[in-house]
Amino acid sequence: MAGFILKRLLQAIFVVLAVTLIVSFAIRLTGDPAVMLVGGAGSVTEQDLQNIRQSLGLERPFFVQYLSFLEGILTGDFGKSFMGGTPVSMLIARALPATLLLAFASLIVSIILSVPLGIYAAVHRGRWPDQMIRILSLVGLSFPNFWLAIMLVLLFSIVLGILPPSGMEGPESFVMPALTMATILTATNVRLVRTSMLETLSQQYIMVARSKGLRDRVVLYKHALRNSAIPLVTYIGLQFGGLIGGIVIVERVFNWPGMGTLAFDAISNRDYPVLQGTITVLALFIILINLLIDIAYGLIDPRIRTE
Amino acid sequence: MSDTPNRQSEALLSVRSLSVEFGTGQGTFKAVKDVSFDVQPGRTLAVVGESGSGKSVTSLAIMRLTDYTGGRITSGQVLFRPDGGEAIDLVQASDARLREIRGNDIAMIFQEPMTSLNPVFTIGNQISETLILHQGLKGREARLRARDLLQKVRLPDADRLLDRYPHQLSGGMRQRVMIAMALACNPKLLIADEPTTALDVTIQAQILNIIRDLQQEMGTAVIFITHDMGVVAEMADDVVVMWKGEKVEQAPVRDVFASPQHPYTKALLSAVPRLGSLKGQPLPKRTPVMVMDGNVAKPVGDTHEQNTADYTKPVLQVDKLTTRFDVGKTFFGRVTHRVHAVEEVSFDIYPGETLALVGESGSGKSTIGRTLQQLVEPTGGTVRFDGRDMGAMSPADRRRLRQEIQYIFQDPFASLDPRHSVGYSIAEPIIVHGLINDRKARERRVHELLDQVGLLPQHAKRYPHEFSGGQRQRICIARALASNPKLVIADESVSALDVSIQAQIVNLLMELQEKRKLSYLFITHDMAVVEKISHRVAVMYLGQIVELGSRQAIFENPQHSYTRKLLAAVPIADPQRERASVRIEGEIPSPVRPVGQEPAIHRMREVAPGHWVAIEADSLRGAA
Repeated sequence: MAGFILKRLLQAIFVVLAVTLIVSFAIRLTGDPAVMLVGGAGSVTEQDLQNIRQSLGLERPFFVQYLSFLEGILTGDFGKSFMGGTPVSMLIARALPATLLLAFASLIVSIILSVPLGIYAAVHRGRWPDQMIRILSLVGLSFPNFWLAIMLVLLFSIVLGILPPSGMEGPESFVMPALTMATILTATNVRLVRTSMLETLSQQYIMVARSKGLRDRVVLYKHALRNSAIPLVTYIGLQFGGLIGGIVIVERVFNWPGMGTLAFDAISNRDYPVLQGTITVLALFIILINLLIDIAYGLIDPRIRTE
Repeated sequence: MSDTPNRQSEALLSVRSLSVEFGTGQGTFKAVKDVSFDVQPGRTLAVVGESGSGKSVTSLAIMRLTDYTGGRITSGQVLFRPDGGEAIDLVQASDARLREIRGNDIAMIFQEPMTSLNPVFTIGNQISETLILHQGLKGREARLRARDLLQKVRLPDADRLLDRYPHQLSGGMRQRVMIAMALACNPKLLIADEPTTALDVTIQAQILNIIRDLQQEMGTAVIFITHDMGVVAEMADDVVVMWKGEKVEQAPVRDVFASPQHPYTKALLSAVPRLGSLKGQPLPKRTPVMVMDGNVAKPVGDTHEQNTADYTKPVLQVDKLTTRFDVGKTFFGRVTHRVHAVEEVSFDIYPGETLALVGESGSGKSTIGRTLQQLVEPTGGTVRFDGRDMGAMSPADRRRLRQEIQYIFQDPFASLDPRHSVGYSIAEPIIVHGLINDRKARERRVHELLDQVGLLPQHAKRYPHEFSGGQRQRICIARALASNPKLVIADESVSALDVSIQAQIVNLLMELQEKRKLSYLFITHDMAVVEKISHRVAVMYLGQIVELGSRQAIFENPQHSYTRKLLAAVPIADPQRERASVRIEGEIPSPVRPVGQEPAIHRMREVAPGHWVAIEADSLRGAA
């Protein structure tokens, strides 16, 4: 196990290097932060811009800038925002919990919905509950999340006026963003649980469990679910990356003070340190989640543990 | 069929006119039609039949487990009298009542020990579950009782086994756990659906012994579902024969074997290979097989001695062949363990001869076949084909060798590409080796091959799923013959087939051998088939040959203790015969060894001309 985690950490270093290198390089192709800072004011000379660049350290060659950024990561110092000079670590410390809360809330809602629905569909394979669940899942898959978000705001905030349209204040503010994110996750997870359950339910040990006289609930949730969990857990790990991507849009719509909003603003402002910082932290999180998932495999299935 | 009313009234279980249907895409399929039988307390009823006969569906329907497989009981009763009192009709019983009976009064053992235990729970957990459910035991009591049960099925080290997971156990051990689980609540009736079919023969003998002993001890009635007439003869008091969903015969076991009434029973019994049936005869022999034609059994084939072997110059010479695989690596990629699959094995095969390679799991017999077919690279030793060293051949010559040595696999369902027509599959070796380039001539050749294996030319256009298992194996044989090989390796090629089909395929192989002077390397675990088909036999144990000789010498004068053990373990399809007194114990050891620990190579001794026996170390003799 220790060897396994060591291997994963070595891999993680390369992933972080690759991700940060690409992000740092790519954002420098998109425009000049000095120009963004002066906001297009007419009276600025080339010399003024040069001075700004110098003060931001942008006159140095790319690799020097990149290396100093890496050096900063090692000491926990991501630099200061170009806009206002707030330390990036502080910005992230404020935004990260908001995003993680939203991500986990969506994930949990999706699991709570998709596991029983998927199992129900598998048990009633080919009959009308199964058809209904499959059609609903297809409908859920077909909604673009920004559209769904806007429709929810229209309905619950504007027409009914029961939920706040934006911001993060109180538990009710989670409902719409989490629901938006959870819809598409649930739609895919239901199908995954259904397929994986069907496979498990055809196994001999399920018939053995039934022949022992166990209740359906015990057969399904004790004997079958754990055996079907591996594909689901794998997919949730993969989804986490997509979840983070999707969150940028959902955070925009609901004006959620999270990492997505932070990254979006950083891109618009060419705020290199903030963008590099957010992306690095998100990449680390995705790596961490996947490491946890690999450990979870072993907990779920003893056959993987002994390998 | 001749149940007196008196016997009926005391029956533990009475199945009355039971019919079961399955809904399929093309309407309903009647799997069981109007079947009735009784099971008496403490007695064993064998339900026999071939695949598709409805025997397994019947066994599932008794506990209404067909509810979960899409089956529907359309008529009939299953009357169960757990305490000799009021009968409960399980067909009408509520789900709650059924759950009380399942696992408690009626328990079941299934065919596949590898998949019948849940891989993610410990053995202890899975046995205790039943005890907690039905007997109201608490965690600790249940665990202690589970340990006692494991000891009852003769599993060593029961305490530690409780915390183990199924994948850490061999197939035989898992089946014992399954039996322990089934017997946990002292059921009145045990339904065993092919419980030993997937096991090695020495392990099968042990499992049968355990079931028999426990049945006597606990007074359990047993319904034994099987296709193996040998197992029937050893286990059953009464027999029900099923065919195409119907019961065609029911009688006490001796009567079924001595005077079968229904033509299907006669056909079935005639097809069963019987160990010792060629006693005193030096050559293998083709015998007619009874095949069902409508409702009558007709003999197919003739009696013919297989005098085909030509012992002047061997076609294949294997000398000290060794094949090892690396398994288990450290963090830095260093090998820690090796599978010693084949260790210094030597034998020859002559033109027109069948050499049988017999042994159990892990004996290395299949690895030898794969090495000869160049699917696996040998670690050492030489293989000569027609006098030429395979190891010294050019890549082109090696490719040509693939044309001379062909392979027939075990599973006729998996070894044909479902997306290609049968004709294409048969023509493929001809195309690959560039034997016939003219398309018309190739087609003619495919038709000719189909004809030789007993199929029709128009079958060439069809796809594998349109054929039965036996027909598919015929197609596989046609494909193997397409490149005009001299040697055919048949790896368990008839093991997965029903006995009547098996007998026909064995006859076909022998017929083709005579026509084409083919040599066979016949790899199998089935001693009865070996006796019928082979000229010489090599017995393998843990990667080495322990005995090699003519078929007659091996079967009539076995010298090595493992050969004797193997022969003693085979169930004989004759209920009159005394049960073998030898108690077989112990697992089959593993050929995996830590690096640096080489196995000892047995030296061979010639006890009679051509009859070689490994000189036994005391440890081996003790294990037998």
